[in-house]
Amino acid sequence: MGFRIRLMVDGDSRALAVDPRTTLLDALRDHLRVTTPKKGCDHGQCGACTVVLDGRRVVSCLTLAIAQDGATVTTAAGLADGNELHPVQRAFLDRDALQCGFCTPGQLCSAVAMLAEAADGVPSAVTGDGDPTVLTEEEIRERMSGNLCRCGAYVNIVAALRDVVAGARE
Amino acid sequence: MNTFSYVRAVDPADAVALAADDPNAVFLAGGTNLVDRMKLGVSRPSTVIDVSRLALDDVREQPDGSLWIGATVRNADLAAHPLVRQQYPVLSQALLSGASGQLRNMATTGGNLLQRTRCVYFTDVTLPCNKREPGSGCPARDGYSRYHAIFGASVACVAVHPSDQAVAMAALDATVVVLGPAGERRIRLVDLHRLPGDRPEQDTVLGPSDLVIAVELPPISGQAVSGYRKVRDRASFAFALVSVAAVLELADGSASVGEPLIADVNIALGGVAHKPWRAAAAEEVLRAAPATPDTFRRAADAELAAAEPLEGNARKVALVRKALTALLGELAERAVGRASVSGDRDGR
Repeated sequence: MGFRIRLMVDGDSRALAVDPRTTLLDALRDHLRVTTPKKGCDHGQCGACTVVLDGRRVVSCLTLAIAQDGATVTTAAGLADGNELHPVQRAFLDRDALQCGFCTPGQLCSAVAMLAEAADGVPSAVTGDGDPTVLTEEEIRERMSGNLCRCGAYVNIVAALRDVVAGARE
Repeated sequence: MNTFSYVRAVDPADAVALAADDPNAVFLAGGTNLVDRMKLGVSRPSTVIDVSRLALDDVREQPDGSLWIGATVRNADLAAHPLVRQQYPVLSQALLSGASGQLRNMATTGGNLLQRTRCVYFTDVTLPCNKREPGSGCPARDGYSRYHAIFGASVACVAVHPSDQAVAMAALDATVVVLGPAGERRIRLVDLHRLPGDRPEQDTVLGPSDLVIAVELPPISGQAVSGYRKVRDRASFAFALVSVAAVLELADGSASVGEPLIADVNIALGGVAHKPWRAAAAEEVLRAAPATPDTFRRAADAELAAAEPLEGNARKVALVRKALTALLGELAERAVGRASVSGDRDGR
């Protein structure tokens, strides 16, 4: 059935056949058994399915897999460097920035890409005339607003990301 | 989701030709709204024409000083573009106030304009909706109308257009560049979207195989200040209850003699109508008038005299009044500040 496409997922080149209706999220989870990105709302409203697609964070539930033939996808499982956790992952553990953990893979991908966006000078709604590379708590909250957490771990997520920002400045 | 055939267009002309072959075809760009509608069963295309990789992703200043924005430029990239941030801050602010970081990375300039209403009756296929199913009725008018129109609605439809970007572009006198079967043409952005009338299923004046290829912003005066103010139910990642985009320019030298006069002003409102609502009545009160709170209030009153709120959205009248007067006050203050700075530089 379907169209043959190829995706680079967390460093592995993967071939698969998809129906045109298949979203990137379903292609990852159901076709490739990469279950790191989670299906929360499936309508782009919760961010649980966030992955980094060709260097940018996106919601994989609103992306058709067939339109991404040849793309490079990084899920939360691909953030670590071997056994060395990504600094954002480490900070989430240190700050206990999760409860049930369902939103965490999306939060991690979103946060890693968000930090890169800010470093590139991409502004947010609260930047105004300020410096987009300076991530205040207000900036972190605004830039992470696409990732919902039903447990309400926001306070510790913000603390974790402030730690990462402070660590990067040292 | 219904089945469809997927095809990737090689260039804009190819996309238009492919669309002309199937009256039930749609263009796919960022997918953030279309894919969602397809999942909901609201949109059931037989052909999906992928235009996301067309070479329409450039932002460039043209020889006449206008800004060309390609249709597939991502919302995030447009908001961050130095020319947009410096010259058209209202547009950058509007884009950044919309959706989330993930969605802005996906959504495109053209797709954002052509997104469809988030009216809860439109997006629920188990309920009647004249926009989705012409002639089936409109439960919104006497139902959940918190987000609905206070201007220009009809018996058939009280939905609003959800875009922030389009509101800023309306205030900037933008033009939409369209490629159709008969070639290229330009449409003023304020004329792109329709009022619902008795054909609410038709959001815009575009034909089924018309492809938006760019938006052009006319050059803007170095003295003009602009901004966007959005009122919503939560601090981020929510559609507007109401929003205001404004571009304001004070008369030369008037700021330094005590009473700043408004030379020119453009205002567009979001969340209040089936299209970005250009506030012509307010603009008329403001032009050549002193930039004072009293003028701003009279301008808001003049515009809101035509408001026809429903039971569920009556508060929008007060929200527009407050958002509009607050934004004008803020812009006037900045314009005076800018005039005094440039006056100092001139040695006056």
